[in-house]
Amino acid sequence: MTNTVNKLMPIAKCFTFGSSSSLNVQAYRFFRWILPPIFGLFLLAVIWAMIAEHTPELPGPIKTWASAVELFSDPFYDHGINDKGVGWNILASLQRVGLGFGLAAIIGIPLGFIIGRFEFVARMTAPVISLLRPVSPLAWLPIGLLVFKAANPAAIWVIFISAVWPMIINTAVGVNKVPQDYMNVAKVLNLSEWKIVTKILFPFVLPYMMTGVRLSIGVAWLVIVAAEMLTGGVGIGFWVWDEWNNLNVEHIIIAIFIVGIVGLLLEYALTQIAKRFSYE
Amino acid sequence: MEKANTDKYVQLEHVNMTFNTKKGTFNALKGINLNIKEGEFISIIGHSGCGKSTVLNLIAGLLHPTDGLIFCAGREIAGPGPERAVVFQNHSLLPWLTCFENVYLAVERVFENETKAQLEARTHAAIELVGLTHSSDKRPNEISGGMKQRVGIARALAMEPKVLLLDEPFGALDALTRANLQDELMKIMAKSGCTAVMVTHDVDEAVLLSDRVVMMTNGPSATIGEILEVNLPRPRARLALAEDKEYNHLRSEVLRFLYERHAKKSA
Ligand SMILES: Nc1ncnc2c1ncn2[C@@H]1O[C@H](COP(=O)(O)OP(=O)(O)OP(=O)(O)O)[C@@H](O)[C@H]1O
Ligand SMILES: [Mg+2]
Repeated sequence: MTNTVNKLMPIAKCFTFGSSSSLNVQAYRFFRWILPPIFGLFLLAVIWAMIAEHTPELPGPIKTWASAVELFSDPFYDHGINDKGVGWNILASLQRVGLGFGLAAIIGIPLGFIIGRFEFVARMTAPVISLLRPVSPLAWLPIGLLVFKAANPAAIWVIFISAVWPMIINTAVGVNKVPQDYMNVAKVLNLSEWKIVTKILFPFVLPYMMTGVRLSIGVAWLVIVAAEMLTGGVGIGFWVWDEWNNLNVEHIIIAIFIVGIVGLLLEYALTQIAKRFSYE
Repeated sequence: MEKANTDKYVQLEHVNMTFNTKKGTFNALKGINLNIKEGEFISIIGHSGCGKSTVLNLIAGLLHPTDGLIFCAGREIAGPGPERAVVFQNHSLLPWLTCFENVYLAVERVFENETKAQLEARTHAAIELVGLTHSSDKRPNEISGGMKQRVGIARALAMEPKVLLLDEPFGALDALTRANLQDELMKIMAKSGCTAVMVTHDVDEAVLLSDRVVMMTNGPSATIGEILEVNLPRPRARLALAEDKEYNHLRSEVLRFLYERHAKKSA
């Protein structure tokens, strides 16, 4: 009895202490932020179910859900090189993306600074960048295979080449946007190049750089699935291909959700990091 | 070392300044000749766009004259130097650094051989001089416009410059804050004895603070129209001067120059 009373207390408070406003705020939040996304996902499921109803080959949401529950009950089994749990596949893909993306950051960000800082370098690199940037990432795969003579480094190479452009370009744009006032301060105070970079350029460029980093991780994650389909081994992309050969359509749909959710989480994590570093 | 002529501490000789713009060349300054004595306070006044900031930036070494020569302490100015500190119109503090760190950045560079404790002491002293000790750990966006401008002044003074260059230092402030800062600046300048060149568009400010007021004609090809000596005794008190005959005479001289002889044609 006392238990129920305790549980009801907060609700009672809402009603008694004239906090109709706080109730309104909650209702407002619910209708504005929570209801629409739920409704959207629900609509997606309904449309999917309707299509599945008329397409015998395509499993519906309920069947897929059941399959997902089963799949994730043991994500980390290991039955040899070509039969690993879905967890291993996700981790393998994340590792490749991490490596390719990390290399792209290590090279792309400093390069962006140099390009932004020195006009000559900017002019020099402009044609190369405009020529190479629009190339579809997968077109680089054969070159990777040729040079590295192995699938795994080739996949990492493809991630690197697709992730490096947004970081170079956004960093360089940020450096170009540093207000002349700040550069005048640097000149009048006669700051060393190191101080200019650490005390003026870096803090100012950080938000631009983080935009580049976020774009890059998005692209990298997009590309890994396709690259792995071609290279094979262990990885979420290869897993999709494997399940296609097994004609396990539930698993393919699950893979689509996994790719989407992991991409979302990566982007979210980087946005949070970017917020922490912003000076405002 | 050659002893600099104290009557010509800062010297501009036949300075021309032409900018290259997209529409061709633009002659901003023509035939500027000016000698500034050591310890003197000079104001440059003129209508907007005549080239006041350009003159200041030339002395600061941020710009190089197209023709002519500029000297400071007998040496030609080749670029910015720690003996010439600048207070910028829009304060130009770095928003990601605290007030203390903003000042420290300047001090650190000028007094490279000193220990960290000495540098920090200098920074504290400069911030105390402008009365901001209580806000020294705040970021620029957490303090008022007047306070930001004080930090800008502290940053310049902390460098112990020979010449202080101020570009409309109080332009963005309300009248009361402006008056307070003007009084403080007068005290600080009396104490430090350094030479100052201030750009302003405020007639009262020019007459109150300066030993000489340099009045510029309108651009393009702006030049020095007239130089007014202000022989009012120091220290100067704002209230007493308001009734002073000489002060009001000088004030109307400047006004007459700006609004009669070189009135800006309304755009
Ligand atoms: N970097 C530049 N390139 C081209 N033209 C310039 C440049 N800097 C200044 N000018 C021109 O030179 C003239 C003088 O500019 P300046 O900034 O010195 O004027 P000012 O007297 O300081 O004006 P204000 O009172 O509005 O600050 C203006 O017509 C301006 O357009
Ligand atoms: Mg100006």
